[in-house]
Amino acid sequence: MELPTKTFRVTRADLIRYAGASGDFNPIHWSDRVATKVGLPGVIVHGMFTMALVGRAVTEWAGAPDAVVEYGVRFTRPVVVPDDDQGTEIEVTARVREVTEDGLTRLEVTATCLGDKVLSQARATIRTAR
Amino acid sequence: MSLDPSFVGRTYPPTAPYQVGREKIREFATAIGATDAAHHDPAAAQALGHPDVVAPPTFPVIVTMAATRQIIEDPDLGVDYSRLVHGDQRFAYTRPVVAGDELVCTNTIEEVTNRGGHGLLTTRTDVSTVAGEPVVAVWARYVIRGEA
Repeated sequence: MELPTKTFRVTRADLIRYAGASGDFNPIHWSDRVATKVGLPGVIVHGMFTMALVGRAVTEWAGAPDAVVEYGVRFTRPVVVPDDDQGTEIEVTARVREVTEDGLTRLEVTATCLGDKVLSQARATIRTAR
Repeated sequence: MSLDPSFVGRTYPPTAPYQVGREKIREFATAIGATDAAHHDPAAAQALGHPDVVAPPTFPVIVTMAATRQIIEDPDLGVDYSRLVHGDQRFAYTRPVVAGDELVCTNTIEEVTNRGGHGLLTTRTDVSTVAGEPVVAVWARYVIRGEA
C-alpha cells in the first residue's frame, strides 16, 4: 500500500530557524562562501532537518505524534537550497512493507528533491493507530 | 590518517543531565513545521497519556549530537572533524521524549573500520532519565573522508 505523498518546501529562512532550534550551526547550512569552499554547489539542508521533515510525514501518516517506535535513514545526496523566496521542495512517499500481529506497521520511505533520491534505507516502524 | 579499530566497544562516562524544556520542544516543533497539538499544548499531550508536551521523533539528536562530541573530540581516537560526513542516523524509542525529562547519554563506539582510504565510525548513544529509565537508543554513522 502506498501512502499519500507529502511535500515540504524549504527556504533559507527555514534553515536558519532549524539551526537555531537544533543548535547545529555548521556554516555549510547558511553560508554559500563556506559551502562552495568545501566543494558543495551551495548551501545545503541539514541532513537532520530532512530527517525531521520525513519524520513529520511519518507521524502525520500514523495520525499520532508519539507513534514512532523506530526510525532510520542513510543520507545519500545533499539538498541544495537556492537563496530565493521559493527555496526547494522535498517530496516524501512511503509504502507499507509489513503490518505485524503485535500492532506495528513497517514503512519504506522515499524522499526526493528535484527527482533525485536524497535518502536511502529510510525506514520507520509505527504503532498501528489505536 | 586511519582510525584505531581497538576503540570498538569502548563506552564513555555518562554525560551531564540535559533538562528538556517545554519551550525548546515547541521551538523545535515550530522549526520543522510540526503543528500537532501534543507538541505544543500540555493538555493535548496529557490526553495521549504523557505528562507534558511530546517531542518530535528527531528531537533527541539535540542531546545526542552534543553528547557524541565525547567520541568525536576524543584526542586518542583522533577524528578530523573537518572531514566528517554524517552518513546514517537511527532511533529506537522506548517512549517519546517529553518536557520535564532530565536525560543522560551513555556513548559507545560500535564500529571503527577503514575502507578505501575512508574511516567509518558508528556511535551508539543510550539516552535514559537520571533515574535510569531508558528513553531512546540513537545510532549515528560517520564517514571520515580520506585525504584526496
